[in-house]
Amino acid sequence: MSFTQNIMDVSIWRGDAQAGAFAHFEVPAQKSQTILDVVAWIQQHQDPTLSYRYACRVGMCGSCAMMVNGVPRWTCRTHVEKVLEGNKLEVAPLRNLPVIKDLVTDMDSFFDKWIAAEGRHHPTASRLDPIAAISPESAGRVKANAGIECINCSVCYAACDTVASNPDYLGPAALQRAWTVYNDAKDADKQAVLDAVSGVGGCHNCHTQGSCTAHCPNDLDPMTAIAGLKRVSAASFFKRRKARA
Amino acid sequence: MIKPHRTHALWFAYILHRLSGLGLAVFLPVHFYVLSLALTKPAELDSFLHWAEMPAVKLAEFGLVFLLAVHIFGGLRLMALEWLPWSPNQKTLAASAVAGAFLLSTTFFLQAI
Ligand code: SF4
Ligand code: SF4
Ligand code: FES
Repeated sequence: MSFTQNIMDVSIWRGDAQAGAFAHFEVPAQKSQTILDVVAWIQQHQDPTLSYRYACRVGMCGSCAMMVNGVPRWTCRTHVEKVLEGNKLEVAPLRNLPVIKDLVTDMDSFFDKWIAAEGRHHPTASRLDPIAAISPESAGRVKANAGIECINCSVCYAACDTVASNPDYLGPAALQRAWTVYNDAKDADKQAVLDAVSGVGGCHNCHTQGSCTAHCPNDLDPMTAIAGLKRVSAASFFKRRKARA
Repeated sequence: MIKPHRTHALWFAYILHRLSGLGLAVFLPVHFYVLSLALTKPAELDSFLHWAEMPAVKLAEFGLVFLLAVHIFGGLRLMALEWLPWSPNQKTLAASAVAGAFLLSTTFFLQAI
């Protein structure tokens, strides 16, 4: 540590579901410091009552996401140097989710929507059956693979303006999961997925603004996954009409 | 001010498409009304056309053509994005090919007139 150490001006949102405001802290800058380091430093040295959430600190668990200078980010892998504006940092709870306390949001609605989007496995076989071989190069597997690195961090959900304006919208992560399941050769109920994603809060609400894809820390592309769902659900709609006619 | 989470190319493409669409939606009823004058009040149409010869109005017409072009390309972009099951790289290549062809053909077109 040198004598000319930079002191950053950090605003942290404090409050609960009802009300809150930004509190200001002066935090010494350090080399290779992450946003999560800054929040932890404040909690350890200045205000032990500050609440925030994290677990793995290496970008695996998806629990540490917050709004940093107005942009949703995984804080454990976001370096301060990259996002510092002037000498200022503003850290707030994730957008589009209810606040429990300070930087901690209630993620129930986010996970409930995974279930509502049928983003769960519908088995084709039991554990007693032999394991069917799937070629990693097969078209369906390539599409399914594109989304499997999702860590459920809700960064895309916080970035999405459609989620902000329509509370029923399933959101990018849940829909991307549904697209993954839809393309999985070992999934037995594609119709359930189609029905779940083409309803009121489904994929057709998406305005293709791409904030999900622009901000996903794992470089995933929910926008393209949702476009895939739009195609297959539209195709099945016309097929069914034809069958009825 | 544009919110920080929106400052990326995909969102700008979206907002350009939206605003050009709104601009055209405002323009079209006026456009149809003026056209209908040819049937109902030819004298008024003539005086309007005279007005439309003014340089400022001519300039505004460029704006309209620009809106239309932006909106057409926005629509093509959206349809390609949502309806073609291609990879993002393939789409970038296809878009560059279309843009290149457009540039070449308009250059020839402008030289021809
Ligand atoms: S592309 Fe769709 S899901 Fe993604 S941020 Fe935009 S509206 Fe939301
Ligand atoms: S798609 Fe990306 S941003 Fe969204 S929850 Fe998964 S990892 Fe996070
Ligand atoms: S703490 Fe696990 S992803 Fe950041």
